[in-house]
Amino acid sequence: MAEGGVARFWREIPQRYNLIGNKCGSCGRVFFPPRESCPYCRRKSIGKMKELKLSGKGEIVTYTIIHAGPENFKEQVPYPIAIIELEEGPRLTAQIVDCDIDDVKIGMKVKSTFRRIQEDGYTGAIYYGYKFKPLK
Amino acid sequence: MRDVAVIGVGLTKFGELWDKSFRQLTAEAGSKAIFDAGIEGKEIDAMYVGSMSSGRFVGQEHVGALVADASGFSHVHIPSTRVEGACASGGLAVREGYLSIASGMNDVVVVGGIEKMNDVGGNAATETLATAADQEWEAFFGATFPGLYAMIATRHMHDYGTTKEQLAQVAVKNHANGALNPYAQYQREIKLETVLNATAVAYPLGLFDCSPVTDGAASIVLCAADKAKEYTDKAVKIIASGQASDTLSLHGRRDICTLDSTVYAAKMAYKQANLTPRDIDLAEVHDCFTIAEICAIEDLGFVEKGQGGKAVENKITTLDGSLPVNTSGGLKSKGHPVGATGVAQIVEIALQLRGDAEKRQVNDAKIGLAHNVGGSGATCTVHIMEAV
Amino acid sequence: MKGIGIVSYGSNIPRYRIKAEEIASVWGKDGESISKGLGVNEKSVPSVDQDTATISVEAARAALRRCSVDPQEIGAIYVGSESHPYAVKPTGTIVGEAIGATPDLMVADYEFACKAGTAGIQSCTALVKGNLVKYGLAIGADTSQAAPGDALEFSASAGGGAFIIGRDNVIATINHTCSFTTDTPDFWRRAERKYPAHGGRFTGAPAYFKHITSCATNIMEMAGTKPEDYDYAIFHQPNGKFPIKVAKMLGFTYDQIKQGLLAPYIGNTYSGATMIGLASVLDVAKPGDRVFLTSYGSGAGSDGFDITVTDKIKDLARDNAPTVAQMVEDKEYIDYGTYAKFTDLLYWE
Repeated sequence: MAEGGVARFWREIPQRYNLIGNKCGSCGRVFFPPRESCPYCRRKSIGKMKELKLSGKGEIVTYTIIHAGPENFKEQVPYPIAIIELEEGPRLTAQIVDCDIDDVKIGMKVKSTFRRIQEDGYTGAIYYGYKFKPLK
Repeated sequence: MRDVAVIGVGLTKFGELWDKSFRQLTAEAGSKAIFDAGIEGKEIDAMYVGSMSSGRFVGQEHVGALVADASGFSHVHIPSTRVEGACASGGLAVREGYLSIASGMNDVVVVGGIEKMNDVGGNAATETLATAADQEWEAFFGATFPGLYAMIATRHMHDYGTTKEQLAQVAVKNHANGALNPYAQYQREIKLETVLNATAVAYPLGLFDCSPVTDGAASIVLCAADKAKEYTDKAVKIIASGQASDTLSLHGRRDICTLDSTVYAAKMAYKQANLTPRDIDLAEVHDCFTIAEICAIEDLGFVEKGQGGKAVENKITTLDGSLPVNTSGGLKSKGHPVGATGVAQIVEIALQLRGDAEKRQVNDAKIGLAHNVGGSGATCTVHIMEAV
Repeated sequence: MKGIGIVSYGSNIPRYRIKAEEIASVWGKDGESISKGLGVNEKSVPSVDQDTATISVEAARAALRRCSVDPQEIGAIYVGSESHPYAVKPTGTIVGEAIGATPDLMVADYEFACKAGTAGIQSCTALVKGNLVKYGLAIGADTSQAAPGDALEFSASAGGGAFIIGRDNVIATINHTCSFTTDTPDFWRRAERKYPAHGGRFTGAPAYFKHITSCATNIMEMAGTKPEDYDYAIFHQPNGKFPIKVAKMLGFTYDQIKQGLLAPYIGNTYSGATMIGLASVLDVAKPGDRVFLTSYGSGAGSDGFDITVTDKIKDLARDNAPTVAQMVEDKEYIDYGTYAKFTDLLYWE
């Protein structure tokens, strides 16, 4: 049976599995996900963007506890979602795991971990990616 | 650049309108506006339609053509364009209509906004609304649309001491206003305790911090200001139109608690109108969630950054306050048929400036502002209107 | 095999635990006596977002953090499990991509009940010995399934271990390995079925005990050793009792098997069981320690290993990843309802 949508996910495996971003060869700014060019350096950055694997270490900038979750996440409700600032600079949005929801705080240090994010029903593909847990 | 006036307004009731289809809603709002304007159909040069996701809600794209057809203009082959910017689709449609007249291209234009959200189940509606967020980097990982605004609220509470009570007061105020609006989805007052004890949606937001799922349509007729007198005595001028964008994702923003798109769209509008925030008598702002209204009154320059919660607490923005905000009931009480909202805001300001707002009338309303946001702040339009 | 062996190791045990008493109370059984009888007090439970692939990736990444192997030099990955996330589409490729070992890589998934991981160690050892790869990565991991109300529900748990095999900087040489295999239907799961079936008491003498004792005897014969020559012994652990019994049958003491016996605390992690047991031993082993390992997989077979820890274990950055003991202690208890939600016992379609 033809299942759609897999290419979209497959294309992002380097980002979702390994936090591969990039760095502007002109100004040094780091981006995640990677950009085709630097919005600040613009044409000066063309051809100078260099792939960069991020460490996965960061800090929570803000968070919420999702109680009304999407269908694919209903077994995990309530779960924390946070905006995390990675030590290299970029921010991303991810779920916090291995943590009491009452312990989630702005400023908490976290580290990425490899988890199952979603699946396309019982017959479709499984999508893996990053979640973050407290850095002990 | 010519001046532009609003010469007619119309809207359907907002709510769960099981009997009304997408086509019926659009025809109803459009015909009301055209009738109110006192124009003939053949005088309309073009149509602009704001609709966020007709494709996912009713399985129909190409709604520029559909609206022209449902309104009975296909046989005269009117130019009709659908505009999309998530929840700012209506505001963007207003701006496109405005620009087409200001530029001299058109003399009379109908702008409509429509969303028919209840033809799909609740889950599908929520998922469709989430397409306003970054699909790959926010929604995919489990962030819901209320979750994004909740994260703004958490940080706002952390940085400025805003409280859940202050957020709740936004909902109480808007319901009090909506109770006076015969078109509103919810026409009843609510108590602070009800809001505070409501089912959790995404901490710190509960059910009553969130605008509802709504069917509805709104329509306005725009006209070159120097021609307005040919049609009506009740014209109101759009004296400024501002628009700005920002990163799609909330995590890409400069400051999580500030919608820079609002700041820049407002700057553009104030500059064009040669006005400051102090000159505004009333505003319809985008309260998709209670925190959004608090950020809006800060980012539009009505109060200092961080003081939005206090302003609400001090009742500055109530119907009889010094700056009434969301006299229509806002998205919370009036309802939020996504694409229609931006146009409905113009309708409310027009009614206020005309003196036709009945029980919600603000005294001496001369200058009004409409603020429409897409997603968590990636798009914003600000329109300023003046009584003639 | 001169100088070929384990270069690094890692493991991963999910944090959630459910007590045997909690499960027993749902089925109207006496939890305390079941705990005592099985020698399993509580078991590890994967969260909805954990599966054999995520456990394998975390174990492999832990192994890489401890050493300085360049993932691009890993030439083969074998993941052994009876709960691969896909029936068709390998777990090994997900691991390969997640550790940066692709694309010049041999991969296959293995299944041999609880000994699929040790089978992978044998394959990697052979590939290294034949100079076909510089390093091989063998993983055994499971999020094993048990029918609600079945005896296995008390022990079927989740976890995994990963071993990098090579010739350079070997921390533990694999001196000898051999297997003992027969067609014995003691425990199986039919394709398309969710839960396994088993032969009850048949899983004992003709299955577990026969294969482990036969294989162990063969290994000691190959190596010219006796039980007393070993500092540690690891046996497959479907519960906390069988390994103690088989150790005794072979002449090993409880002290020798203690370090590698995790079942009482985390249950039976199936393909992860002996792998985690070996990881636990390597967490504390000193140069010169001799380690005996015999796994068991239903169907049936045993893989035996005679291992000697080298000086190089001192250079391994063992602190760069949590020890088995740390992961066993890092836990959170859940009730049966949450357990049912996490292990997909409640079907909805």
